[in-house]
Amino acid sequence: MQYLALIYAEDGAGPQYGTPEFEGYMAGFFAANKAYEEAGVMRGGNALQATSTATSVRIRDGKTETMDGPFAETKERLGGYYLLDCKDLDEAIKMAELIPTAHHGTIELRPIMEIPGDG
Amino acid sequence: MPAPDLERRISQIMREDRGRLLAALIRSLGDFDLAEDALQDATERALIHWTRSGLPTRPDAWLLQVARRAAIDRIRKAKRFKGLANDITRLMEEDEDARSQAPPEIPDDRLRLIFTCCHPALEQKTRIALTLRTIGGLTTKEIARAFLDNDAAMGQRLSRAKAKISAARIPYRVPDRADWDGRLNSVLTVIYLIFNEGWTAGPGEAPIRSGLCNEGIWLARMLCDLAPNDPEIEGLLALMVLSHARARARFDESGALVPLDTQDRTLWDTALIDEGLAILDRAVSRRLPGPFQVQAAIGALHIQAETPEDTDWMQILALYNRLLALAPSPVVRLNRAVALAEIGALTEARSALNALGADLADYQPFHAALAELARRDGDRLVARNAYETAIRLSVNEGEKNWLRAQRDRV
Repeated sequence: MQYLALIYAEDGAGPQYGTPEFEGYMAGFFAANKAYEEAGVMRGGNALQATSTATSVRIRDGKTETMDGPFAETKERLGGYYLLDCKDLDEAIKMAELIPTAHHGTIELRPIMEIPGDG
Repeated sequence: MPAPDLERRISQIMREDRGRLLAALIRSLGDFDLAEDALQDATERALIHWTRSGLPTRPDAWLLQVARRAAIDRIRKAKRFKGLANDITRLMEEDEDARSQAPPEIPDDRLRLIFTCCHPALEQKTRIALTLRTIGGLTTKEIARAFLDNDAAMGQRLSRAKAKISAARIPYRVPDRADWDGRLNSVLTVIYLIFNEGWTAGPGEAPIRSGLCNEGIWLARMLCDLAPNDPEIEGLLALMVLSHARARARFDESGALVPLDTQDRTLWDTALIDEGLAILDRAVSRRLPGPFQVQAAIGALHIQAETPEDTDWMQILALYNRLLALAPSPVVRLNRAVALAEIGALTEARSALNALGADLADYQPFHAALAELARRDGDRLVARNAYETAIRLSVNEGEKNWLRAQRDRV
């Protein structure tokens, strides 16, 4: 089953760019990537640019409305994701533990909906 | 067999075998809801069938087989997903196997079931409700009443949980050795919370609430059978048995709570005490200490004292220090502070209590302990105020009455 691991953290929380701690933080991601490849669970993943670059789009009464900023104003921002193919939630939790952001932010695991007759 | 006798017999069978049957069905169906519905169908058919032709030699095997067929019928009727054709084929093969030979012993999958029900991906209250529903066999209505919740909310909570187990693929499996301690702790905590919910129920409340004490003990006994030689499971069982041994002495005729030091010790159940102490001995001899064993040992020291004055508070304090190292929490710190006061270290006890004010602001026993200490110190204003707060926070009439009496003594 595929799980989307959504990586949330508060702005400014965790190691900051340019500090030695940040290098360790990034090394954590490289280690996670490697572990996912080795376990054969990696189906994709990316880091996202800051929420200040986000645009929200919706259509109301046939008219497209665009808004500056993310959909939900929350303290924790979505910063990136992984798509992982795991045998069950226990394995997915173990994989999520490897994401270094879990130490100061939150990883939300969402199972991908399986549409019958698909693939 | 006449219908009323048969109904009683069926409910007895369901009480003893429901968890085992349900666990086996969930394993072959991979679906909590379908398993429950199919087992329900089978019990309804049993009532009709057994009235006509008497009790089968193996009622449990009969129920399992009929439930499996009922599940096939339900899947066929639903016909929602093509993919289920495979399930039907597999189930029919299992059914054929079952028919072609003498009914085999039904494998006991309840350990998987309880670990799944207590999975940390579920909310604590949901774990409790799901365990009582699937393993304990309580109805949704009974669980709602036991936790002072409404039926609809409890029903929703249970169906959301079952949907999540299947949709997020929470595994139906006993955890590996590497994960055992953490996951077992989640199971033991759920069982202890069930027991405690019953323990806090007053004598005037619905019997289902105080029945939760027996439910908790029953679950721990089951766990001891399914995973023998685990000292923390034994520790939890000993802890609950030793507490339960004092049940009859906890309330007086007026329904007021009687605290440990003024309880009539002749009302304590000596058979349960002996059993609890023996279980604890067995656990401790395995030399793998854990928080439940330490708590049981504290309970044992209380219950072994001939009189309240004989209580070995030095030893109890040492055990609380141990517990603090194993599983630190504000409540453990509170109990340690009480032990400090009992050995006469009043100043140390008060400063320990004062440090807990923020963490335990809404915890009744904290205010009661603070009040008692202030009273001993001659600090009457603080004592009365703290008793008032404790009375306000208490949810149990017997306890409130006792606290009021204490307040009036100040």
